[in-house]
Amino acid sequence: MRGRVGGKVLGVGFAATLAFLYLPILVLVVLSFNASGLPTSWGGFTTGWYSELLNNDGLTKAFLNTLIVAFWATLISVVLGTLLAFGLEKAVKSTGLDAVSYIPMIIPDIVLAIALLSFYNLVFTQWLGLSLGLWSVILGHATFGIAFVAIIVRTRLRHFDDSMVEASLDLGANELRTFRHVTLPAITPGIVAGALVAFTLSLDEFVIAFFTAGTSVTFPIQVYSMVRFGVTPEINAAATLVVGVSLVLTVLALRLRGRSETTL
Amino acid sequence: MARSRMRRFGALAAAGALTMGIAACGADVETSDNAKAGESAAPAEQPSGGNKTLTISNWDKYIPEDLIPGFEKETGIKVKYAKHATNEEILGKLEAADGGGFDMVFVSGQFAESLKNRGWAAKIDHAAIPNEKNLYPEASKLPYDVGNTHSMPYTWGTTGLCYRSDKVSGTPDSWNDLLKPSAQVKGKTTMLSTDRWLLLPALKSLGFSANTKDEGELQQARDLLIKTKDTLLAYDDTTFYSKLVSGEALLVQAWDGWCNYGIAENPKIKFVVPKEGSDLWVDSMVVLEKSENKEAAMKFIDYVLRPESGQGVVDLLTYNTPNKAAMDGLDPKLKKQYPSLGVDPKELLAQEGLRDLGEAQPAWSRIVTEVTS
Amino acid sequence: MNGSTRLRLRRGALLGPALVWWTALLAAPVLLVLAYSVFQRGVYGGVVYDFSLDNFDRIADSLYLDVLWFSVRVAGEATLVALLIGYPAAWFIATRPERWRTILLVLVVLPFWTSLLIRTYSWMVLLNDEGLINNGLQSLGIIDEPLSLLYNEFAIVLGLTYGYLPLMILPLYAAIERLSPELREAASDLGASGWRAFLTVTFPLTRAGVTAGCIFVFVPSLGNFLVPDLLGGGREQMVGNLIQTQFLKARDWPFGATLALAIIALMTIVLLIQAWINARDRTREVA
Repeated sequence: MRGRVGGKVLGVGFAATLAFLYLPILVLVVLSFNASGLPTSWGGFTTGWYSELLNNDGLTKAFLNTLIVAFWATLISVVLGTLLAFGLEKAVKSTGLDAVSYIPMIIPDIVLAIALLSFYNLVFTQWLGLSLGLWSVILGHATFGIAFVAIIVRTRLRHFDDSMVEASLDLGANELRTFRHVTLPAITPGIVAGALVAFTLSLDEFVIAFFTAGTSVTFPIQVYSMVRFGVTPEINAAATLVVGVSLVLTVLALRLRGRSETTL
Repeated sequence: MARSRMRRFGALAAAGALTMGIAACGADVETSDNAKAGESAAPAEQPSGGNKTLTISNWDKYIPEDLIPGFEKETGIKVKYAKHATNEEILGKLEAADGGGFDMVFVSGQFAESLKNRGWAAKIDHAAIPNEKNLYPEASKLPYDVGNTHSMPYTWGTTGLCYRSDKVSGTPDSWNDLLKPSAQVKGKTTMLSTDRWLLLPALKSLGFSANTKDEGELQQARDLLIKTKDTLLAYDDTTFYSKLVSGEALLVQAWDGWCNYGIAENPKIKFVVPKEGSDLWVDSMVVLEKSENKEAAMKFIDYVLRPESGQGVVDLLTYNTPNKAAMDGLDPKLKKQYPSLGVDPKELLAQEGLRDLGEAQPAWSRIVTEVTS
Repeated sequence: MNGSTRLRLRRGALLGPALVWWTALLAAPVLLVLAYSVFQRGVYGGVVYDFSLDNFDRIADSLYLDVLWFSVRVAGEATLVALLIGYPAAWFIATRPERWRTILLVLVVLPFWTSLLIRTYSWMVLLNDEGLINNGLQSLGIIDEPLSLLYNEFAIVLGLTYGYLPLMILPLYAAIERLSPELREAASDLGASGWRAFLTVTFPLTRAGVTAGCIFVFVPSLGNFLVPDLLGGGREQMVGNLIQTQFLKARDWPFGATLALAIIALMTIVLLIQAWINARDRTREVA
């Protein structure tokens, strides 16, 4: 009985949290239809900003660039970060190395951005003659993404029961099978959570991207440079589209996974 | 376990990944400004070699839309266009890349001087820029680069007070109307947050130079500004004119061109240069010394100085440009709607041009921190 | 191949890739920049390689220490609020049927796939004196005068909490989700024994997630410069603004590097405390 009340309270609390998270989104969606160019007065409903947006392919292309960067950065982060998590949790017991995995997070992003650009300039531009682009941004984003994934996967691994692994090995499964069927399902929620964090961080990351992208443009770079006049309805329209597209893609992805019992 | 479904999902995910991978390894998706450039930013490309590309960094929407395509068509030179939101950002990038990475940048005058002092600004080849004759004579007397040896001006203007004439009684005419506001506008004022312009009103009202390096003068300005802070709504570099339009603010410190954006929304908004004097700011074009495409850059500057280009700039930005041929050809209605466009360059030059602060820059930054923290 | 070689290979394979990556792309470049702290600024920016410890003297100044204290305080407030909001939210998600968990997680994270800058401007529209919240409250008759919700500390804490909330929820979720259903059931009970079960057993078991979430919110909050600029109206400076200012505006890289070193030192202390807590956890763990 009490459990139910508790559950209800939690549910209401969650709804309120979602409301908090989505309130600004609601505002920007509404403003994207505002005929007046300023957010402070309503000038009537219009879809004109969307057509202007679709004509201005600068924003669309910038967004595609951002997706590419986020995808690759997340991939690298998940692979290297998970490996690192296993290493730190199972193979080595060292407080020092533990702390090392946090370092990318505590470096102020402007320092990391400038450091990377100086480094790229020395090694890649002057010595190898490469010009910067999305690849240099991916390298930078993966650098901090690895840390986030490693930390989150470790919280999962920390209490992972090795006896299950031993049992599986005893029963004759080889290491790879054991990993696939015993370990992996147990840590998958951690990997998914870590991947979501790395992806989210990369999508909206500005400082490192700005300094290391050369003349390539990611969505945050484009948006930040457009904000000379504050946020125009065109920008709001772009943001609305981003939310809409993300929602659609997510629903699709979840549909495709089917009604599998073991989701996370 | 629904294996077949997992497999199907896995296959789709792999296909998506492959597509992304191919997309990433190939050219990254060019923005519309670069689309005509055609050249991809794939890692194998060499930035050097004088192949006809021009890499420029500028503020967003700070150049008429048809200018670059027109230039590319006429000269066959391809333009790669990057954007920065502030002077400080692009300077930071140049610093980290040791003066490289771009052929040309648009920066404000005091930063052009800084680039010149660092040895990163290339000498302007005046012989390659015949359209320089379109500029006002005053445009060669800019304090930060007399004779335009290392830069070429693009737009210019001054800073002053932008206010709602329908809500503010009387006519503000002094910086003190902002620094020591009347009860009517108290709490509804904003100041610019960038250091040069944050300190400007205080320095001018105290009779000091806008380029002062004197610690004592800076401290007096600081004390005045700290008192003003309590009366302010906010420090705002970007949305102050929309605050005016909405009524959230009634009197703000503004650049003349920006005040025009407010005027466009509400004709009751007016601009005034305070009697104690103000600054002369200039946004200029600088070619970088490390550029291997200086010839192309000079051609670009020449193209920008055409009368039609200049008119396009004014139409787009409602800023003043030093391009006499363009300003003379302006629609008189435009000048009437935006009085700042009708200002004689002599008046602009009567204001104090902003200069690079050299070794005093950290002291200025510290003062700003003291005021704003 | 004997046992210890195998072990070493295994360690190498696991730790190697990430550590090599970080050595090349993190350690080397960052150390280079931080090394500037012992040099001097050139007259026009740039670095002059005259060794000096002057910058460390400059830091020990009440101006910068005040900014530091303000940042720590505000970041701490944001972390606390994020924890109070995030823990129940993560709990809720973790206790739904499996089918729903992914969807709910994505719902939480989805807003953050849109530019934070744009959403911060939306907050300004909501919070200002003539904004939607004040107008709404006034027209409902709840208040007479507009509440001062913007350009102050409240707005900064709100902005930071908002900006980093999913970074709190995700690790918490990972930690809570692995708890056995019995433990969760016991803790959902709101009675006295439920609360005690929660505080003495359940919560400590999720400590790893709690500390991860707190670090994920505290550390970036400390270094944030957008929120104080926009939502704070530029009226308060935080450490992030300070460092930005030194590197970009003052073009004083040596001093900026010194400030960065100070921050990193501070945060390293926080991390060491956290690592110590984790080590204690590991030896204490029963299950």
